[in-house]
Amino acid sequence: MMHFLNWFRQTLVITRFSILTIPQRLGASVTAIFGIAGVVAVMIGVLSIAQGFRKTMMTAGDPDTVIVMRSGADSELTSILSKEETRIVADAPGILRVNGQPAASAELFVSVDLPKRSTGTDANVPIRGVGPAAFRIRQAVKIRVGRRFIPGRNEVIVGCASEGEFAGLGLGEQLNVNGDKWTIVGIFSSEGGLSESEIWTDTVSLQAAYQRQTSFQSVFVKLQSPESYQIFKNALTSDPRLNVKIVRETDYYAEQSRMLTNLITKLGSIVAVLMGIGAVFGALNTMYSAVSSRTREIATLRALGFGASPVIVSVLLESLVLALVGGAIGGGVAYYLFDGYRAATINWQTFSQVAFAFAVTPELLVQGAIYAIVIGFFGGLFPAIRSSRMQIAAALREL
Amino acid sequence: MSAAENGREVLVRVKGVGKVYRRGSEDIHVLRDLDLEVRAGDFLALMGPSGSGKSTLLNLLGGLDRPTEGILTVGGDSIADLTPRELAAWRARHIGFVFQLYNLLPTLTAIANVELPLLLTPLSKSERRSHSEAALKMVGLGHRLKHYPRQLSGGEQQRVGIARAIVADPTILLCDEPTGDLDRKSGDEILSLLQELNRAQGKTIIMVTHDPHASHRAGRTIYLNKGQISDTMPE
Repeated sequence: MMHFLNWFRQTLVITRFSILTIPQRLGASVTAIFGIAGVVAVMIGVLSIAQGFRKTMMTAGDPDTVIVMRSGADSELTSILSKEETRIVADAPGILRVNGQPAASAELFVSVDLPKRSTGTDANVPIRGVGPAAFRIRQAVKIRVGRRFIPGRNEVIVGCASEGEFAGLGLGEQLNVNGDKWTIVGIFSSEGGLSESEIWTDTVSLQAAYQRQTSFQSVFVKLQSPESYQIFKNALTSDPRLNVKIVRETDYYAEQSRMLTNLITKLGSIVAVLMGIGAVFGALNTMYSAVSSRTREIATLRALGFGASPVIVSVLLESLVLALVGGAIGGGVAYYLFDGYRAATINWQTFSQVAFAFAVTPELLVQGAIYAIVIGFFGGLFPAIRSSRMQIAAALREL
Repeated sequence: MSAAENGREVLVRVKGVGKVYRRGSEDIHVLRDLDLEVRAGDFLALMGPSGSGKSTLLNLLGGLDRPTEGILTVGGDSIADLTPRELAAWRARHIGFVFQLYNLLPTLTAIANVELPLLLTPLSKSERRSHSEAALKMVGLGHRLKHYPRQLSGGEQQRVGIARAIVADPTILLCDEPTGDLDRKSGDEILSLLQELNRAQGKTIIMVTHDPHASHRAGRTIYLNKGQISDTMPE
């Protein structure tokens, strides 16, 4: 215990001395801090895209909501269901019923070309035809301005993310749907979920506009409880009239987000690693100069009887302090610049745009801090080892 | 052996010590077959031209380096047998260094600089403070406790260096050109201080110097020439 206290006191003295002399090496220290801050800001910035996209997709999901599609379909876009099939699905056990009506919405999913506000280039914006039960199934959907569409009157409501991202989607404006003018009668939100990137209307009108007769692509179903899933699934998979795939909404959107979030996460990690290597060299340079600028002082302490390991720890601590300051600045900059920044990208499963906000989450800030610590550790390690191996007698005479 | 030396224990024993540095494929013999004894209470001046090996000998005596051959004991401890960690602890306990360029930590006040060796002891904070204050008073700097090195003259900085060297009551003071960076007046004051520490407190002092004037203040002078002890000052 006494030995440890002694060691701790030595480390404290040398570290205090190191930290207090940082102003004498301000240029190199600031360079290292901002090098690390840049790396952390870029890393968090890139990963906040993936986080934001994932958050938007996951917010869309509800564990007691289930999507039924044609067996083998990866997304609604590649699925097709007949009217008869949607009726059989709606009659299955396990579905929530309100006033005797099943909470099931047979839906159609198509897209229209609209210009992006930011670039003016056209992009696919999804239009979803929904049944009367759709609002009961997606309870997060709330009309913010205007009202709901009235079926059969060629009216649509627009998700607030789409309204912000694309031109011509304001309340009262006319939307060109396969050659016809449809009126925008409402703007809705869904707690930041995927639906906010969609335009909604009634399925029957949309079928007519796109000559889809009575075909659908999916049925959204609200279960009595998440536990009803197995009963519902068993009923459908054992019915010889059906050839369908049943997935929970949460799993469906998680799968849809996986490809893009994985891609962004991998790209972000590669960028962060490459930049991190550069930052390590920056930190190395700073710490080598930090050690060399106080060679005589370190040698003096060693001559007085201070051990080598407190010197190693103090150099490492100084490097970590610089790295953490850099990490904090980088995290702050990333939060200020990226958190909530709105963008739209293509959902490769549906080939339609998803509007989302970059999300600088606490987890990302922690990741950034950890990465800064890793950079600081490797940046300080070799200078620390070198400082502990110095020839004390020669170093005492250095100017 | 003089009468004064009788009864005083041999503190430093150097027997057949050599030190060889390797530069590329060449061996450089800095010290050769050196014999020396220093008794407790001696004030010894080591003189010699540059490259004669006097600083190397001082480094060996202070446990900053190890001899290539021979036996070197200080207070009965054989330097060569100690591990690096033991050697650091040994230095803290037995050696007080006084450097030519004072080697004070610029970010610490005079009293905090003096306190440094005491951080390696079990003394409490208040004990460390009172010891440090006493050491600074002893070197005549009781009024400069909170001054930083940059606020002190060269002579005052060297006094702080001496206070730091004596604060933990080491066995030996090793002074490497203690007046080498000072003007004559300040140098004289430092030499008087060292003399007083030797006479009044019985401190054993080994001082490397180029200055004959400084060596005259020591009780005994030995000369080094090409790594060996010489009876007279080499030309």
